[in-house]
Amino acid sequence: MEPVTRFQGLAAPLALDNVDTDQIIPARFLRKPRDADYQRWLFHDLRFAPDGSALPDFVLNRPPFDAATILVAGRNFGVGSSREAAVYALQAFGIRAVIAESFGDIHYSNALKNGLLPIRLPPGRVAALRAAAEGGQLRLTVDLERQVVVSPDGTEDAFAIPAFARDCLLRGLDEIGLTLTHLPEIEAFEASRAA
Amino acid sequence: MTARTLFDKIWDAHVVVRRDDGLCLLYIDRHYFHEGSFHAFNQIAARGLRIRRPDLTFGFGDHYAPTTGRSVAEVRDAEIRGIIGTFEKNVAAHHLTAFRLADPDQGIVHVAAPELGLTLPGMTVVCGDSHTSSHGALGALAFGIGASEVAHVFATQTIWQAKPAQMRVRFEGTPAPGVTAKDMVLALIARIGTGGAIGHAVEFAGEAIRALPVEGRLTICNMTIEAGARTGMVAPDEETFAWLAGRRYAPGAPDPRWRELFSDPSARFDSEVVVDTAALAPMATWGTSPEEGAPITGRVPRAADAPDATRAAAWARSLDYMGLQGGEAFADIPLDLVFLGSCTNARLPDLRAAAEVLKGRRVTVPMLVSPGSETVRRQAEAEGLDRIFTEAGAEWRHAGCSLCAAMNGDIVGPRQRCASTSNRNFPGRQGREARTHLVSPETAAASAVAGRLIPAGAL
Repeated sequence: MEPVTRFQGLAAPLALDNVDTDQIIPARFLRKPRDADYQRWLFHDLRFAPDGSALPDFVLNRPPFDAATILVAGRNFGVGSSREAAVYALQAFGIRAVIAESFGDIHYSNALKNGLLPIRLPPGRVAALRAAAEGGQLRLTVDLERQVVVSPDGTEDAFAIPAFARDCLLRGLDEIGLTLTHLPEIEAFEASRAA
Repeated sequence: MTARTLFDKIWDAHVVVRRDDGLCLLYIDRHYFHEGSFHAFNQIAARGLRIRRPDLTFGFGDHYAPTTGRSVAEVRDAEIRGIIGTFEKNVAAHHLTAFRLADPDQGIVHVAAPELGLTLPGMTVVCGDSHTSSHGALGALAFGIGASEVAHVFATQTIWQAKPAQMRVRFEGTPAPGVTAKDMVLALIARIGTGGAIGHAVEFAGEAIRALPVEGRLTICNMTIEAGARTGMVAPDEETFAWLAGRRYAPGAPDPRWRELFSDPSARFDSEVVVDTAALAPMATWGTSPEEGAPITGRVPRAADAPDATRAAAWARSLDYMGLQGGEAFADIPLDLVFLGSCTNARLPDLRAAAEVLKGRRVTVPMLVSPGSETVRRQAEAEGLDRIFTEAGAEWRHAGCSLCAAMNGDIVGPRQRCASTSNRNFPGRQGREARTHLVSPETAAASAVAGRLIPAGAL
C-alpha cells in the first residue's frame, strides 16, 4: 500500500448522524466488481434519483464538493454492516479522510486497513468544521505524522489513530506480511494447543 | 489471580503475540465466510497466498441464496449467479468445507453454524459479516470483520485486535407474556442508542437472559452490533451444554473447561446497564435506525418530542422517509408486507411462536417466511408448521438472508411498508425507499393478520 502521511483537500459537510454502510453503498451494488468507476455506487440512493439523474441537493453533487477529499460527518458514521465496499466506494470517489464524532467499529477498522483516515474529533469541533465547510472553501490539511487536522487559519485539531495502524499507514506496510514474520509464534501457539 | 470477565478469559487464552502498545495478535478458532467474501479471496489470490487452516474455515451460501428454489440455474439475475459461481470456485480452489445452496445443512451462517455445533463455548469466531456477534450466545468471543481482515485470517489464522472496553447489560426480572428476546434487545437499543456500545464488548447477563433458550440469546447477541458493539456474549450454562449435545461438530460431552467460562464475581466492567425486563412491552421501530423504536402498544413519537435539536432533525428525516407524521398509533399504521426470517429471528422457536399466532387465522397482507436454515425448514415441516403458514396464506420459502439483506432478488418495493423480524431498518435496506418496521416473530404474525402493526396479544 502507498504510505499515507500528509495531505490537503477540500472538506464537504455531510450533516447526518448514523450514516450506515447501507447508505454509503446499498446492498444491491455489493455484487458489482471493483472497477475503475466504482465511485458511482457511493451514497447511490442519496446521490441519484430512481431514473439515474443526479439529485442536485446532495452535497457531493454540488460543485465544488464533487471534488472534495475530506468528508465532515456527524456521529456514528459507518455503523451497520461490515461491508468493506463502503470504504472502497468512498476512496473511489476520492475521499481520503472522514471526520466524525464517532464511527462504527468495523467501518473504522476497515478504513484504516485501506488508508482511508477515520478521524474522531469532539462534537463541538466536528460541528464547527462542518459549518466552516459549508462555504465550499475549507481546505484542511490532514497530518498523520503529527495526528492533527490543520484549518486554514492555523487552528489545529489533534486526533488519535491506533499506533500500529498509524505505523503501517505511514510506512505503507503490508499487515499480512508483517504478521507472517510472527509465524514461529503462531506455530508454537498451535502446537501448544494440540498438546 | 485478578478477577476476570468472560471476555478476558477467552481473550487471554487466544493471545499469540502481545505488543507493548497492548495490541494483540489473537488466534481464531472458527472462520466462516459467505458469497460476499469474494473481495478477500481476490486479495489472497493477488498475493499468491494460501489459506493457512482450511480445516477451521467454513463457507455458507446465504446472502445471495434464492428462497424460491435451490437451483442456481433458476436465478434470473446474471450477477447473482456469478457471485454464487465465484463462491463455488473459491471453495473448490482452496478445498474448503462449505454448505452450498443445495446442501441439506445450508442456511444463514449465524443460524446454521451454531446449529451444526461448529461454534462452541470459549472459541474465537470471526466472519465477514457484522452479525457474527450472534455466536457469542454460546459463550464464544465472536465478531464481524471486513474483507481485509478476512484475507488476513485466511492467510494467518490470526487477527490483530486492541482490547475493547467492556460493558455488562443485565436484564433483571421476568418479561411479561408476549415480550420476547427481540423486544428486549430493541428496548435496549432504543435506550442506549446505535452508538451506545461503540468500542465495547458486551456481556449480557441477568435473570431474564438465564431464562432464555439459546435461540433467544442468539437473537440478543445478534443485534449487539445494532447498539454499536462488535461483540456480544452470554456465559454458557447448562442450557447451552444441553443445546449443544448431539450436534454434528460438537463434542459428545461438554468440555469441562466450558464451566470456567463466566465473569468472576468481582470482575470489573467499564460500564453497566441494568434493564428492568418486567417493565418492557413488545417493541416496533418507527424510524430508520434501530434506536428509533418504541412500545408497539403506544404511539410513534413526534419530531418535537426529541431530546435535542439534532435528534429532532434526524427524527423528522426518519419520519418523512417512513411516510409517518409522528403521533400515530402503531395500530393504525397499515402494512403492505410481512417478513419472517433472517439471522435474528428465523430459528425453530421463532417459527413456532409465529405459527402459534397464525393457527386458524388468515393473513391480510402478503407474508414471506424464510427459515434460517434448511434444517430449521425440515424440523418445522416435521411439526406441521409449514402447513399452518400456508393455510394462513403465508409463503413458505427456503433458507437464506432473503429480505433482511435484500441481495438475493427478494426486495420490498418503493414506499412499501414491511413489518420485518430482521435487524436493520436503515433507509433502502430492504429495497430503495422501502419502509421497514423491526418487530418480533409474534408481532410479525399478528400484524400480518391485522394488516397493521399490533402485538400478538391485541388480536
